[in-house]
Amino acid sequence: MRRSSRPRAQWRRTQPQDQQQDGFFDMSVNTPTDSIPEKTSYVVRFAGDSGDGIQLQGQQFTVASALGGHDLATLPDFPAEIRAPTGTRYGVSAFQIQFGGDHITSPGDAPDVLIAFNPAALVVNLPHLQDGATIITDENAYTTQRLKRADLDSNPLEDGRLDRFTVHAIPISDLTTEAVKPFGLGAKDSLRCKNFWALGLMLWLFDQPREATERWITIRFAADEQIRDANLAALHAGHAYGETMELSHALIQHPTPEATLGNVEYRTLTGAEALALGLVAAGELADTELLFSSYPITPASSLLHHLAGLEDAGVATFQAEDEIAAICAAIGASYGGKLGVTSSSGPGIALKTEAMGLAVATELPLVIVNSQRAGPSTGMPTKTEQSDLYQAVYGRNGDTPIPVVAACSPADCFDTAIEAVRIALRHMTPVILLTDGYIANASELWALPDFEAYPPIEHTKPAPGSSGHVFERDPRTYARIWATPGHPGFIYRVGGIEKDVQTGNISYDPANHQAMTDLRRNKVRSVADFIPDQVIDQGTAKGLAVVAWGSTYGIIYQAVRECLAEGVAVGHVHLRHLSPLPKNLGTLLAGYDRILVPELNDGQLATLLRDRLLVDVIQLNKVTGQPLTVGDVKAKIRALAKPYIREASNE
Amino acid sequence: MSELTFKDFETDQEVRWCPGCGDYSILKAVQRTLAAQGADPANTVFVSGIGCSSRLPYYVETYGFHTIHGRAPAIATGVKLARPEADVWVITGDGDGLSIGGNHLMHALRRNVDLNILLFNNEIYGLTKGQYSPTSRPGTRSPSTPHGSFDAPVHPGRLVLGAGAGFIARAVDIDQKGLPEILAAANDYRGAAFVEILQNCIVYNKDVFDDVVNKKHAADTQIHVRHGQPLTYGRDGNRGLRLDPRSLRLEAVVIGENGVTEADVMVHDETNHTLAGLLLELTDPLPTAMGIIHRSPRPAFDQAFWQHKPTDRRARVVDLLRHGNMLDRRPA
Repeated sequence: MRRSSRPRAQWRRTQPQDQQQDGFFDMSVNTPTDSIPEKTSYVVRFAGDSGDGIQLQGQQFTVASALGGHDLATLPDFPAEIRAPTGTRYGVSAFQIQFGGDHITSPGDAPDVLIAFNPAALVVNLPHLQDGATIITDENAYTTQRLKRADLDSNPLEDGRLDRFTVHAIPISDLTTEAVKPFGLGAKDSLRCKNFWALGLMLWLFDQPREATERWITIRFAADEQIRDANLAALHAGHAYGETMELSHALIQHPTPEATLGNVEYRTLTGAEALALGLVAAGELADTELLFSSYPITPASSLLHHLAGLEDAGVATFQAEDEIAAICAAIGASYGGKLGVTSSSGPGIALKTEAMGLAVATELPLVIVNSQRAGPSTGMPTKTEQSDLYQAVYGRNGDTPIPVVAACSPADCFDTAIEAVRIALRHMTPVILLTDGYIANASELWALPDFEAYPPIEHTKPAPGSSGHVFERDPRTYARIWATPGHPGFIYRVGGIEKDVQTGNISYDPANHQAMTDLRRNKVRSVADFIPDQVIDQGTAKGLAVVAWGSTYGIIYQAVRECLAEGVAVGHVHLRHLSPLPKNLGTLLAGYDRILVPELNDGQLATLLRDRLLVDVIQLNKVTGQPLTVGDVKAKIRALAKPYIREASNE
Repeated sequence: MSELTFKDFETDQEVRWCPGCGDYSILKAVQRTLAAQGADPANTVFVSGIGCSSRLPYYVETYGFHTIHGRAPAIATGVKLARPEADVWVITGDGDGLSIGGNHLMHALRRNVDLNILLFNNEIYGLTKGQYSPTSRPGTRSPSTPHGSFDAPVHPGRLVLGAGAGFIARAVDIDQKGLPEILAAANDYRGAAFVEILQNCIVYNKDVFDDVVNKKHAADTQIHVRHGQPLTYGRDGNRGLRLDPRSLRLEAVVIGENGVTEADVMVHDETNHTLAGLLLELTDPLPTAMGIIHRSPRPAFDQAFWQHKPTDRRARVVDLLRHGNMLDRRPA
């Protein structure tokens, strides 16, 4: 059984498996060897009104960074309102990217450069900045009226609060209007080009290629030459402005070293895109068409958008009337022999719960994707959280176990989707795939996998012309036969009422319910017989274990890497399989003295580990709607790992 | 394959409805219809929700799926999208289909998914022991309404007409002649066919439809409509329905009395949406309409669904993986 590749496995200088053998304080292998001279990577944050095209600038900058040969990770951070009132603090939309020649796994804690399109965007982002950071802002936006909109009594450009930073107040609005004058646009349309002016400047600042953005503008505005040419002119004018300013040393270009990449093709993609591609690929690997059935909900809808229109790749999408209908249609499709997939976020998953029980009872394959968001109830739809783990593992009526897997990064969604489909079809069971709003919207550089190297996904469909009984089960996987209407040899009835373990007919027999409950439990347990052993993603096999799951991967990876470089004995263990847990996890964790579990919830994996492994763990919990920071994790590791620092121990 | 009889559509399971339940005769009518139509058991699926009626799939020797309360239309939609070639039947009741599952019923109808939806209406919750249902008449005394219910019932026919149903029929459970005919027509209709079956719950709502279905007066209290035929009824066949142009309502007339001739009686046009509305709401002292009240062709949802079949699927998948701006670091 092959372990699906973690994102960018080719980056790894050492294989995690080898590291487990290393001695306690032998850091020579465990310390990353790709330690880089200072400022090989930069963190840039774009911020403005949600109508300023901030996310678009961020995406275009992301593509340019990738084509410039940089590794990268992004963090879109936007309000739930589609077009919040302009100039307000709560309406600020932001996009952060870390890129460069380093191995980048997180969007970075503190921006080196902030570009703020108005006073509100400036002030709400100041707390993110470290001393000495560069601020680029639109000088034209600091009018009395707009300062008032941002609840400011004084002009931050003049009141001294920016003294700690290098500030470039540039009349971006005026310069854009000037640059697009030849195209005869109205005042409003002219100003709408300022996002590309600013993007041009940022691309110059970091010496990134402009061609992809030029292509994007040409295609996007193909129907309107005037708008197309004005936006191209704005892009070039912003770039030229940078060149001119450099001559006077007002701005300095920061060329960024390229990352060390493998001899493969790369692209950027978001978690939602990767998940969509993974489902498409899994359908092909299983030689089964997919019915993706869902109901719009933030932040899960993008998966529906990416899959819509891909019938020719074997996936049909169905926008159901509600969350319950969405999972029910998916279950109906699975009964009919096409793999049903449904997707939602926490509140919608709650509505689907009863139907999940039906899929368990009827032993049908199904994939349920949860793009988690901050809860409870409606909570904060555009803000990320990992607080649906209890819901996934424990949250159903009856003894109703369902395997749970979690993606750890945007690119990892591809392999996690394939893994979820593989489990669903191998065991004839619903599978819950956990991702979150951060992963769904963030992007990273993805090394194109060799699709031909993926083994086919096996299922239990009977051969045409054969006959038998659907409840004859595989003793290793407990999977029943996936016979479907159209097959005369397997006509059967099934339902949510407890059924006879052999015939599938209704049965209220006491011993039979015990047998069925045992079977459902053992089936999910048997998943662990097929999944790879848990590995240490990075670091030591002794000392402090940092055990985590989901979207915290990149941030914890960077924190652990930096702590290893400081000589701390710390290992990062990141779980893809949450239920059942990998069989070796208990033994693996027994090698450590202490276990730290950082999570974006109030302690749910901590509970699960205590429950399943009888180990105690130290919690690091954060529920602000924002990702963890590298600083959060490092501080906690340092506090806990003091006895394990090499020097201290040598005393 | 030799011709199948209705007995070939019986399963080995003991039927567990109360003795005298109207469901027995509906089950028989279903099995007779399947036999008469030469249905392929392997390509026939019965999907149901929860309730007495929803046990029916266990008793029909075809594929069957007994699901969860109210969700049968949604699950059947998934089955039909996965198996467009199969005949998919939905078995539901007034509680299952009009209360907890009302939303799914509405959307299956407006999408026009090719399903045959049989709603067994007995105006009561049977399986939970007799509470009043959304179709119970005001004043219904039940364990949950000891002083009699006081909320207005939903009218199944008017509801589904509003939802856009292209096929609406009504029948009586024990009508072994009319019911199979209607079921066959429902199955032949390409789209969502809705059949309301007045069903007698012998334990909790015995004879609730007696005012309509009792053989003693059925000829005068029911009108069996047929496309292209005059809307006549009555023991002597001389009663008819005429449109009152002042009230825009149907009124009962007697042919040969007060100068009324057969030419005054309306002729049934099953494609006429407005007439369907008038017929569906007929109630005492006018006769209750039975038969195919509305049938007009509309494109079925599942026909449009799988239009783009994969040709070289693997190539398409690999192409999707390479979509977008690629950074190519492969050796030249």
